[in-house]
Amino acid sequence: MTDLKGGMIPRDWRHQPPAFTPDYKSSRLRSPKLPKLSMPSTPSEDSGPVFTREILGPLDDDLTLNHAAPGEMAIGPRIIVHGQVKDEMGRGVPGALLEIWQANAGGRYRHKNDGYLAPLDPNFGGCGRAITDDEGGYRFHTVLPGPYPWPNGANDWRPAHIHFSVFGQSFAQRLVTQMYFEGDPLIWRCPIVATIPDRAAIERLIAPLDMAATVPFDARAYRFDLLLRGRHASPFENRPEGL
Amino acid sequence: MKLHETASQTVGPYVHIGCMPNAIGLHDVYPEDLGARMRGESTEGQKITIEGIIRDGAGAPLTDALVEIWQADARGRYGADGSGFTGWGRAAADAQSGVWRFETIKPGAVEAMAPHITFWIAARGINMALHTRMYFPEDETLQASDPVLAGFVPAPRRNTLIAQKTADFMYQFNIHLQGSEETVFFDV
Ligand SMILES: [Fe+3]
Repeated sequence: MTDLKGGMIPRDWRHQPPAFTPDYKSSRLRSPKLPKLSMPSTPSEDSGPVFTREILGPLDDDLTLNHAAPGEMAIGPRIIVHGQVKDEMGRGVPGALLEIWQANAGGRYRHKNDGYLAPLDPNFGGCGRAITDDEGGYRFHTVLPGPYPWPNGANDWRPAHIHFSVFGQSFAQRLVTQMYFEGDPLIWRCPIVATIPDRAAIERLIAPLDMAATVPFDARAYRFDLLLRGRHASPFENRPEGL
Repeated sequence: MKLHETASQTVGPYVHIGCMPNAIGLHDVYPEDLGARMRGESTEGQKITIEGIIRDGAGAPLTDALVEIWQADARGRYGADGSGFTGWGRAAADAQSGVWRFETIKPGAVEAMAPHITFWIAARGINMALHTRMYFPEDETLQASDPVLAGFVPAPRRNTLIAQKTADFMYQFNIHLQGSEETVFFDV
């Protein structure tokens, strides 16, 4: 049997939600009961798919327009969400694929299972994607999503949020999370937010208003940096370009 | 200074809007869902189909799950090979049955590891997406010296990582989140 070298720095679980979080009811039957098996990463996790800009359409990063009829626009407060994807050593991660999805300004998703009273917006599709630049930077244009009620407790409301899915350079860096907005009083009442055991880790999911990046008379900006787990400095082989 | 990895949050019930809109009938955003096609006409290797169901602790299928796989090519190499093979696939669980399906090729052995496919599972109620692996039932000999299967997985649980062959080139890999057959998930 060969030794596994492990290209990834082991994950720090203190900042991550446990699987079983009974106040978030859906986790009760969907949380593995046995502890995860820890092992060093192998080439199967150190490697990962590579995405190039050819997969992107010209409006993929603009949710105000990417589903709007010609000459029209999604309804809601216009915002920019931007930031940097970094690893735990603070290095920017270029070529990271970000996929986002969100409710419309009224808090309604374009999904047949979402029966919330708030109306659909025919000009809003609710998803977008981008690939980070050489420094790991990204930028989306969208509308501020509305909070929405959800069946959990008797009166639970999700704070306004944008779902993020991230591919870094290793499949072991794969991350999904949600971004919240500075000042939203629902954040600290949300059972999904509260699955995260560490207050500072929650605060890092709350994007501050970024006046420096705000476009006057156009869109307010929020800054959200994403941190992927680190890889050992020695580069590893096996990464041909182009997926 | 070492920074902290961003905390994970569940993908919630509507992950397909963002990641596989075509799979749920939203055909007006992206021309094709990413990960929907894994192989090309000239891709080397044995074409196979893998399907399965993810079940919760009550035995109910997860009909809202997103499943991703990452695998080597027929020669055990990771990454696109120019033949249309990507190594990466993504599937949506069927909204009624919960069945997900991949049309791919059988991977080769990677170093000392027997042929296997890495799985990544996200759904409502899963706070941090789960990593597991699928091995093939016909590779028993290689599995006996596989550094992960033989090196880390306790013998009584190894069978949770081995798919069943249901027909020629058809495999079934069911995943159990809880219960007596709970699948092995990795902190890797
Ligand atoms: Fe949501």
